[in-house]
Amino acid sequence: MTISRETAINVTLALVLLAMPFVALQLGKPFYVTLATRMAILGLAAVGLNLALGLGGLVSFGHAAFFGVGGYAAGILASHAFAGQPLNLGLFALPGTNQMLVVWSVAVLAGGLLAAAIGMISLRTSGVYFIMITLAFAQMTYYFAISWPAYGGEDGLSITIRNVVPAINTLIPINYFLVCYALLLTALLIFALIRGSRFGAALQASRQNELRVASIGIAPFRVRLVAFIISGMITALSGALYADLNRFVSPSMLSWHMSGELIIIVVLGGVGRLWGPVAGAMLFVVFEFVLGGLTERWQFFLGVALLAVVLFARGGLIGFLAGRMRHG
Amino acid sequence: MADAVLAVRNLCKSFSALKATENVSLDLKPGEIHALIGPNGAGKSTLIHQIAGTLAPDSGDIDFLGRPVGHLGVVERARMGLGRSFQVSSLAPEFSALRNVMLAVQSRQGSSFRFFRPVMRDASLIEPAMASLERVGLATRARVPAAELSHGERRQLEIAIALALGSQAFLLDEPMAGMGPEGSRSLTGFLDRLREEAPILLVEHDMDAVFALADRVSVLVYGRIIASGTVDQVRADPEVRRAYLGDPA
Repeated sequence: MTISRETAINVTLALVLLAMPFVALQLGKPFYVTLATRMAILGLAAVGLNLALGLGGLVSFGHAAFFGVGGYAAGILASHAFAGQPLNLGLFALPGTNQMLVVWSVAVLAGGLLAAAIGMISLRTSGVYFIMITLAFAQMTYYFAISWPAYGGEDGLSITIRNVVPAINTLIPINYFLVCYALLLTALLIFALIRGSRFGAALQASRQNELRVASIGIAPFRVRLVAFIISGMITALSGALYADLNRFVSPSMLSWHMSGELIIIVVLGGVGRLWGPVAGAMLFVVFEFVLGGLTERWQFFLGVALLAVVLFARGGLIGFLAGRMRHG
Repeated sequence: MADAVLAVRNLCKSFSALKATENVSLDLKPGEIHALIGPNGAGKSTLIHQIAGTLAPDSGDIDFLGRPVGHLGVVERARMGLGRSFQVSSLAPEFSALRNVMLAVQSRQGSSFRFFRPVMRDASLIEPAMASLERVGLATRARVPAAELSHGERRQLEIAIALALGSQAFLLDEPMAGMGPEGSRSLTGFLDRLREEAPILLVEHDMDAVFALADRVSVLVYGRIIASGTVDQVRADPEVRRAYLGDPA
């Protein structure tokens, strides 16, 4: 069996990311464990976006909405658990929880429902209108969070003690990294399966030629909507992890900067490539940390890097290293 | 006609002052090739768009397989078995020829919401798709991306897709356009046999092909059908000769 260049690069990326926190601990620099965790979580968020953007060609400028909703799901549930007050939803009350498995389920569900609502309306448009309408929806969630004093409003919401997973002590950074890393791998597996499936074929064909897909009797709208929902669910899960990493949720998770960063991550790494979002997230965090340490204007250099990718390496980092994508 | 596969009655479509389709009626019977000819700008493609559902007529009825389909969209009409090839090839350019046809097979099986099984190891998709490609003579090019196929090969691929859909009727918009004489000849032979599977509404500029294939010909000029009948009837029609075929006298 021959291994393609892209597979070799993917395996290398997976191993580098996995080794990073262990090496950091050996070197006595525990802070780098947090950086690696941040890479895994942002990578996961971008895997979600890549499903819509890379496979479906849906340039969502509103994925911060799903990221933030996941974050608030974690924050709100944890704050109720900490205060010992049930969450009153009108018809019924829900106890708060500090169990991540519950938090993740709620985050994924909330992200999916929000994506269904946003997708139902915005997928009727295309091109620049789609970009603008997804942005508008995300900004609505942002201002909603700001004006909601019960959960911190503009100040955000702290998670006093990181939520827990049965049998794993998530307070130990390396353990929490491994939890995030495992979820990242799971999401990548789901992405790979979807890409190769009948659904994935219909989704990718809808990106390439909508009229052709309709003329053979497949409705592009329905395919895109389902893809958008799955995409929102994955990104919402990463938001919950992000909140628990920082032990803090704030409206900034919902802002358009976040949506933009997710797009930048996907583009840097390689649109539509399986490990593109992970490569992009690693690059992004390195930029943020290394250049951010040197200058406050590190985003200027990020812009230069993005420009270079768009002008000279359209396939992003993965495309640059592994060559053009093949469909079989 | 009760037994027509496709029947268009009194179809009208205007773009502001321009009457692109003016009271057009025509039908397609089982086993026949009905050619639609006319000069450039006569409204042939506009008519095909209305039949396929990409364009809504201002008035008139379209029946397909005995059911009115005027209110249905492109997707529903395609699902009923209206197979279409485009004037300008319309394919998924990044996908191989095989994957383009496989998508049609999967649509016919009604199964586009399966998320996990890999298509490239799915014999129930690959085998029918290869069979369609073989019928149009494209089997050796199955793994080539559609974007890298020659112009003629893309036209063949469009027909392979329509075949794989199990179409009940074919709408072919200039399938010979841009093909060499050799390609036109072999496609003519192919369409001649294809009519037994499902009738064909053929828009075509290649008069040799039209006169060789058509059971009936309708001539469209300025959005109106000025003549309709057998090849001989239409060729003899004085108005057609004046408007389109070019009367030498």
